[in-house]
Amino acid sequence: MTTTENPTNAPAPEIGRDRRRKEDRRLITGRTRWTDNQAITGLLHLSIVRSPFAHAEIQGIDTSAAKQVPGVVGVYTAADIGADAVQLPCAWPITKDMKAPQRPALAGSRVNFAGEGVAVVVARSAAIAKDAAELVEVDYAELEPVLDMEDALKDGATLVHPEIGTNANAQWVFDSGEAGSGGSVAEALSAAEKDDDQVVIHRRFRQQRLVPVFMEPRSTVVDPTGEQLVMWSSTQVPHILKTMLALTLGLPENKLRVIAPDVGGGFGGKIAVAPEEVVTLLVARKLGKPVKWTETRSESLLTAHHGRDQIQDLTIAVTKDGIIKGLDVKLLADMGAYLGLVGPGVPILGAFMFNAIYKIPAYRFDCTNVFTTKTLTDAYRGAGRPEATFGIERMMDEVAVELGIEPMELRRKNWIKHEEFPYTTVSTLTYDTGNYEAATDQALQMFDYDGLRREQQERRQRGDVKQLGIGISTFTEMCGLAPSRVLGSLDYGAGGWETASIRMLPTGKAEVVVGVSPHGQGHETAFSQIVADKLGIAFEDVEILHGDTQSSYRGLDTYGSRSLAVGGIAMVKAAEKVIEKAKPIAAHMLEASEDDLEFTGGKFTVKGTDKGVGIADVALAVFAAHDYPEGIEPDIDAHATFDPENFSFPHGTHLCAVEVDTETGFVHLHKYVCVDDVGTVINPLIVEGQVHGGLAQGIAQALFEEAPYDESGTLLSGTLVDYTLPSAADLISFDTANTATPSTTNPLGVKGVGEAGTIASTPAVVNAVLDAVRQYGVKDIDMPTTPFRVWTAINSAKGTAGRGDEADVASPGAGLGSTASDISKGDTQGGHL
Amino acid sequence: MIPASFDYVRPTSVDEAVQALVEGGDDAKLLAGGQSFIPVLRLRMGDPSLVVDLGGIPELRGVREEGDQIVVGAMTTHHEVTRDDLLAQHVALIQEATKTVADPQVRHRGTLGGALAHADPAGDLAAPTLALDAELVVVGQNGERRVPAAEFFEDYFTTAIGPGEILTAIRFPKYTGWGARYEKFNRVAQAWSIVAVAATVKVEGGSITDARIGLTNMAGTPVRARGVETALVGQTMSEETVRAAAQAAAEGTSPTSDADAGSDYREHLARVLTGRAVLAAAG
Ligand SMILES: Cc1cc2nc3c(=O)[nH]c(=O)nc-3n(C[C@H](O)[C@H](O)[C@H](O)COP(=O)(O)OP(=O)(O)OC[C@H]3O[C@@H](n4cnc5c(N)ncnc54)[C@H](O)[C@@H]3O)c2cc1C
Repeated sequence: MTTTENPTNAPAPEIGRDRRRKEDRRLITGRTRWTDNQAITGLLHLSIVRSPFAHAEIQGIDTSAAKQVPGVVGVYTAADIGADAVQLPCAWPITKDMKAPQRPALAGSRVNFAGEGVAVVVARSAAIAKDAAELVEVDYAELEPVLDMEDALKDGATLVHPEIGTNANAQWVFDSGEAGSGGSVAEALSAAEKDDDQVVIHRRFRQQRLVPVFMEPRSTVVDPTGEQLVMWSSTQVPHILKTMLALTLGLPENKLRVIAPDVGGGFGGKIAVAPEEVVTLLVARKLGKPVKWTETRSESLLTAHHGRDQIQDLTIAVTKDGIIKGLDVKLLADMGAYLGLVGPGVPILGAFMFNAIYKIPAYRFDCTNVFTTKTLTDAYRGAGRPEATFGIERMMDEVAVELGIEPMELRRKNWIKHEEFPYTTVSTLTYDTGNYEAATDQALQMFDYDGLRREQQERRQRGDVKQLGIGISTFTEMCGLAPSRVLGSLDYGAGGWETASIRMLPTGKAEVVVGVSPHGQGHETAFSQIVADKLGIAFEDVEILHGDTQSSYRGLDTYGSRSLAVGGIAMVKAAEKVIEKAKPIAAHMLEASEDDLEFTGGKFTVKGTDKGVGIADVALAVFAAHDYPEGIEPDIDAHATFDPENFSFPHGTHLCAVEVDTETGFVHLHKYVCVDDVGTVINPLIVEGQVHGGLAQGIAQALFEEAPYDESGTLLSGTLVDYTLPSAADLISFDTANTATPSTTNPLGVKGVGEAGTIASTPAVVNAVLDAVRQYGVKDIDMPTTPFRVWTAINSAKGTAGRGDEADVASPGAGLGSTASDISKGDTQGGHL
Repeated sequence: MIPASFDYVRPTSVDEAVQALVEGGDDAKLLAGGQSFIPVLRLRMGDPSLVVDLGGIPELRGVREEGDQIVVGAMTTHHEVTRDDLLAQHVALIQEATKTVADPQVRHRGTLGGALAHADPAGDLAAPTLALDAELVVVGQNGERRVPAAEFFEDYFTTAIGPGEILTAIRFPKYTGWGARYEKFNRVAQAWSIVAVAATVKVEGGSITDARIGLTNMAGTPVRARGVETALVGQTMSEETVRAAAQAAAEGTSPTSDADAGSDYREHLARVLTGRAVLAAAG
């Protein structure tokens, strides 16, 4: 037993320290094992034969030529391995009467999107499998594709799945009048129509389809050893995958082990029970041999799920001095051909977020999910919340323009004031903390908002080729998914708790087994900081173990900015239990009463003395177990499960200035400032990294990315030449900062940060682009706002100018180019009401 | 993605390479930097039976001065072109254009000869080569021939290089003292041009005394903007004269329409970018 002389010599706190990420060396140098690196003796390789057609009957498949290729072990159609009988799971039946078509692992008799698998080749090498796959002859009889959501809902429309009798998956409605959380929107709108002091404004916005382009393409290896099946997969959700595979395929859950080794990104795109994972498993089980499937980049773009894709109709009632009276939201959300794991619920997450940071007295949200013959959609960074934030923040700028009110002023008039927290919103969430004024004031100052507005005026007066536009997005989001009871009330198929176990090793090091599943976020670093602080041991002495259901048997994985706000708290609770368990043993070692002990800086000390033992000493003592108190077990390891009582609500103010080259339509980012309140910051470097990456993806939606289909249902962005991802060269240096109102619903005071940048940035950029060109009469530009679209918008608006509705560039809209003369009752620009 | 299988040879001289190519017949293909060819193989848009790798032939690489010409070996990489002093001094335009190609990784592998032989209408190096009146040296079984750039680019992805022939070098006349600018318009940094303008001009005593202008992606082949060249020569340098001359930029072009640009937009861009390119070149 060691007694320590200097109990106050505690290490500097880890929380708040900008530690470099400990996992990066191996991730960046590749000195790790990704799924595709698994080398197992006798490993066989798969290649999946995919439909080139969006919608077709399969009339026959001839595998004979493929089977002749030397090195081919088998060529299977869906029926050969039972893949057509599988029903891939959808864990979120959003309504009782939701229509869920069967989603097979390989198509049996009909394909419903271009890229759907119809057969699989198994061979001794990936190259042989690919060669043979080209020899599989499939006889297709083409059917009409279903591409347009509105057409799909019309009577007599071609049905994607005739057996369910409709292309509508489900309709989900929230009405604050019915919920009792606010008034009736119908009443608010009709009152506004009759009131000379109010206006009703309608807008239609399009959320284009995006692809979550993770760096590491998906890959799965299944190794059947006796009755045991081990699956390695590049997944965000090893635990959910394991449970779902067991339920879906009727496998004994105890015979299945799922491992997510290091995973190279996901952005929601790897929250899935992918058909390819199931096919790999079915083939491995059939052959009794280890099998691997790894997708190509084009396969990934074509068949891994897509995100976004909504038509949004927003109608807002607002007084002429800018107070919102009611908000009506109608959505059409494209599910693609099938329902993904949480696909139908993604737009529903937006239901809670269209009201955003504003006090809206009456609110209605009505979403219809629609089937089309396209790749299915599911979670993509932000999942439902970027769509909602875009809708409301674009609308706020539209209102500002219509009313001639300075856009930030309009937001101030409507947002929840800092002294009003906690605040229960019209969509029934209770925001615990926040301070929109503080974040906004800091952002305005960093941005030099007034200076840029002046410059904008000057450029307009000079008629510069490059016009300045300024866009605002004051956002909040709900993250830290999620309180289990809330998920239950939304008919989600699981809870939202998270677990952590701490194993104290005899040498004083700690292994922390977590249920969340990192894929690039830097969890190992941030979690090590938390545990190091709580146990008072060195950062380097903490090892975070994750992603293997054999060691981490309970967990709900990583998405929805939950890993810190939920998983991190489980670690805190587990650490507290370790200390609790260590205390009687420490007391025994110090021959003192437990009541006289205090624990600080990793040491138990007897109050008022310099006698103490470290947690490491206790760990060694219980390992030796030579001498410990009667009646307790020689073990200080602990396990904890944390179920959050509430979501967390990060917020922030994002300001973007763009230069629009009015001769070419090119949009140059000029300045981007964001001040985010993510609560307590564990590691500022990681927070900044998450914000930067998030901004890149959100800005990309505004300016660069789109996954369009042609009229036959073929994806036009099937390679990264066509799916224009931005690189660092296309972005600017972002100015980021944080304010902090710690969350009061968890002991660390943390919120989430993983999705914030993506959620907030898109409308800031689009608002800025429009702000630059509204002066020419442009009213809207679809995303991405490509040079061609911007130029076309300027050109066609200029062509229709001169009808007396010229932009007033000197109005109180402070450079917004207020088109106040356009204000009209029930303005239905864009139609559709 | 995995290419179909093929035979592979890596000759060490041009003669050996020609021999291999001829023996390989129709299904033999040359590999230079592989930045266009390997994606074609990987996407299985082509499946040659024999690949002849030009990477082991030292005589194809490097930049040298020969009298009043600068000669660039076909296998000189984009990166080497951007760093070469002779080119900086005498053929700045090709260097300016090469700097805009893709990203550093691609520029370290891709070659000038490969890019010109590939003849992608959206590729950035054909228009400057045309504008500069370069000669392309092509070697086959019957020896060497020199093809003027104006005759080299025949159509989309089609050049005057015949079966069994190899492009060995590009011979540029010297444009010592000329200003140069490659004005590239694309959506993201590593992408091909939607439209681009290669301009090099000689300015003496405030007047434009000579001008060469080539357009990228305004037709299936690069296009020479002769109307603009004529309109510029003899003019006093001013923004006004340049912009007026640039109005002729789209004459004789036949641009395509795609998701990135309609043909009228491409024509408009050609005019705007020509004005900008000439102004910057005259700088
Ligand atoms: C991500 C990416 C971005 C790119 N962006 C751009 C861009 O912005 N602008 C641009 O201009 N290009 C771009 N490229 C193309 C790049 O410039 C290529 O390097 C070039 O087009 C081909 O050169 P290479 O040496 O790689 O030729 P390879 O790919 O090896 O060959 C191309 C073709 O030319 C033939 N060939 C090669 N050498 C010879 C020869 N000596 N004689 C006869 N035939 C020959 C080959 O058989 C093949 O058909 C990009 C490429 C990539 C991968």
